[in-house]
Amino acid sequence: MISRLLPLMAFLLLGILLAVGLTVSDTKTHIPSPLIGRPVPEFNLPQLFEPEKTLSQEDFLGEPYLVNFWGSWCPTCVYEHPVITDLARSGRLRIVGLNYRDEPEDAKNWLSRHGNPYHDIVVDYSGRISINFGVYAAPESFLISPDGEVVYKHIGALTSEIISQTILPMVDEMKREQS
Amino acid sequence: MKRFAFFLAILLSSISAAQIKVDQEPLVFDNPQQQERFNNLTEELRCLVCQNQNLADSDAPLAHDLRSEIFDMMQAGKTDDEIKSFLIERYGDFVLYRPPVQGNTLVLWLAPVFLLLGGGAVVVFGIRKRKIMPGNNSDAGHY
Repeated sequence: MISRLLPLMAFLLLGILLAVGLTVSDTKTHIPSPLIGRPVPEFNLPQLFEPEKTLSQEDFLGEPYLVNFWGSWCPTCVYEHPVITDLARSGRLRIVGLNYRDEPEDAKNWLSRHGNPYHDIVVDYSGRISINFGVYAAPESFLISPDGEVVYKHIGALTSEIISQTILPMVDEMKREQS
Repeated sequence: MKRFAFFLAILLSSISAAQIKVDQEPLVFDNPQQQERFNNLTEELRCLVCQNQNLADSDAPLAHDLRSEIFDMMQAGKTDDEIKSFLIERYGDFVLYRPPVQGNTLVLWLAPVFLLLGGGAVVVFGIRKRKIMPGNNSDAGHY
């Protein structure tokens, strides 16, 4: 009797594995970042509009901020753009744009076409600093605490749901702790 | 619809990722040993853009960047382990094609052993049972 049921059980087991595989594959692109809870990688990068001036991670200490990796070559960044703009307009979080592997002229044209939501923009022309952030595509966003710690990372386009349900509560919490 | 738009955006981004300008400068090795070491290392590391490709094979811009980063680290005298941990610190264990044996990968490493033992047990059990079954001796030749 048991041996009759064995193939059926094996089949059910395979079915369960397939179901798990299919649901997990949805999150396959969400590689967990080893940077969470660690200091933001050091950088000292030229600003897009004033290349002779640079900004480093130390310039942003004291308030939470979002580093948003983008490029003019990236269509998902266009898709994400209104969401970033809304967040910037809300005035609740400083947004630093990190122009990733892009020609500065293309980046400026992109901004004049779509509007510039960023409070600051720094340029990583070679992509070296982005490697230190573990970035592998654009857009990617990192939420940094007032004392310079990576608290959250999102790969792909941010949505208004992620911002209102995850990012802004974290920002409020950090601001509460500060005051 | 929103989901579809998101999917489309992801799809487009994967296409455009390949359009970033790529430095085509070939790497110049000091000697064949160094080149072999480089090849072995990049074959074991995953390209994070094309996730089922290794760094050695991938033509994604990030793979180019990472290859030149690895090359520079080799030139600076870093060991293979130092180079791997540099990448793990940034991209996580996911960058390794051969995952380390640790808590969250135990199932991955042990599953084949258990499947083999389980399958073996089923086969042994089946053969024993067949031998005992009466009346089977006469037509044993059929098997």
